[in-house]
Amino acid sequence: MNRKLKQSIYFGLFRVSGWAVVAAIAVLIGYLLFYGIGAINWEFLTQAPRVGMSKGGIFPQLLGTIYLMALVLIISIPIGILSAVYLVEYQKNKFMKGVWRVVVHNLAGVPSVVYGLLGLGLFVLLLDMGASLIAAGLTLSILVLPIIIASTREALIAIPPSLREASIALGATKWQTVRHHILPYAMPGILTGVILSLSRAAGETAPIILVGAAYYMPGLPDSLFSAFQALPYHIYALATQTRVALTGQSLYGSALVLLMLVVGMNLVAIMLRNKYRKKYRW
Amino acid sequence: MDLLTHFILLIIAGISFLVLVLVFYTLISNALPSFINFGNNEVTDLWNFLTGDIWRPNSDIYGILPLVLGTLLVSLAASLIAIPIGIGCTIYISEIAHPKVRGILKPAIEILAGIPSVVYGLFGLLILSPYIRDIFGVGSGTNALNGAIMLAIMMIPIMVSLSEDAINAVPRSLREASYALGANRWETMRSIVLPAALSGIVAAIILSIGRAVGETMVVLMCTGNSPQVTGNILDSVQAMTSAIAIDVGEVAGGSLHYHVLFAIGMILFLFTLAINMIADLIAARYSEAYR
Repeated sequence: MNRKLKQSIYFGLFRVSGWAVVAAIAVLIGYLLFYGIGAINWEFLTQAPRVGMSKGGIFPQLLGTIYLMALVLIISIPIGILSAVYLVEYQKNKFMKGVWRVVVHNLAGVPSVVYGLLGLGLFVLLLDMGASLIAAGLTLSILVLPIIIASTREALIAIPPSLREASIALGATKWQTVRHHILPYAMPGILTGVILSLSRAAGETAPIILVGAAYYMPGLPDSLFSAFQALPYHIYALATQTRVALTGQSLYGSALVLLMLVVGMNLVAIMLRNKYRKKYRW
Repeated sequence: MDLLTHFILLIIAGISFLVLVLVFYTLISNALPSFINFGNNEVTDLWNFLTGDIWRPNSDIYGILPLVLGTLLVSLAASLIAIPIGIGCTIYISEIAHPKVRGILKPAIEILAGIPSVVYGLFGLLILSPYIRDIFGVGSGTNALNGAIMLAIMMIPIMVSLSEDAINAVPRSLREASYALGANRWETMRSIVLPAALSGIVAAIILSIGRAVGETMVVLMCTGNSPQVTGNILDSVQAMTSAIAIDVGEVAGGSLHYHVLFAIGMILFLFTLAINMIADLIAARYSEAYR
């Protein structure tokens, strides 16, 4: 066969598969927009559901998801970032570094439903927290911990050693070096990881099913130990009911809100990463 | 001051290390009683657990073969769809597309990677499954094929971003040498770039299969959840992950059923560990070759 023809046939196939992926995204988002956009208004975001979830809004579910993200932010992110700082800047033992790397790397690939089992066994039952906000928050925190450590670690090791050496040579202590010279430059990379893990926490469904999110509860959670609702679980529960015809508005509206929340955060992370990738060239 | 911060950081790192070890411990300690109890249970034992073809927790019959086969059927079908499209898409983005087009495609695929799995599940359950029911003339559109299609759409972004890294890691000089010898772009790609990136691409495929096996929401919502031993893609099946997510609501803490669910979690955990290690081993080969 003609070489040129062969090339255009193969390139045509690759082009088709590339655009097939784009088409899949467009169809997916298009359907959700089509069904869901009509549901979204101010009332939908600020009111509780009424009439068996067929009227009103999704405020309690949205608030639950925001609470969970806040818990992950408070619990997991400082611990994750500081652990990575210790691991990269302070830990000198090669063997321990290797152990850390293997543990973090492998835990990042563990299915989320397994983290859900962990949350159920450890927080809900063993520590007797019940199906509470704090149990779900801790479970999601453990789920994102490997992600934060890995992304912070990558941001830190991308900084050239010369920067550290220059600072130490000028008489700065280790902590001063880390505080004033390493962390500021690593910040965009760290922030990208933080945003990605928060969006992960917002969208994860299986762990909060296992921990025991509430389908319906009167009022809003008033303490860390009260029951909770969350947006992903709301979507799952409504979608698997047989009353989709009645609750469709709330269902597709919730899916669209969750999609916008998560995709919005991911977009910010991608833009942040691309901006600083260009800015700093070592 | 410096010593103090060092000490504080050491403690925090220690805490998070302990937490990560706790993950292993909780899984093992909760899964173990099921294996111990199997010996005392007349209905089942460890061998029946792994090879029994009936999964009926209500009658205390726990053969996980239907669940394992359900997982494998859906993941394999998803891989068959995702691998050609994913690799084709990777080659298009990294080698063929105009830089401007690439500037749109790459973020679009990254966005696809970030969509929560429950949204894919919703799409498969309510929008795709009626089409499958009508096109194939089957009783229910929530079957292995439905799950496989949604799972494939989920796998592709992971596969693309990982295998693109592998293709980009092939040094320019190799391509240029090939062009200089008169090969055109396709010939260069087929005989030079793809073989050089092969181990990275294989690692990417293996990792995305690992994701498919561990995925819960899509298989839970799309495949119909009937645990049965079948090779028919148009049958409803139940995967290991969906069994955990469904049963957990009705199970009493500490019962045999509860421990069996942890045992399934343990199997998933070991499986993903193995997948990770295999992918690492394969990927390590290529990073050594071109340094």
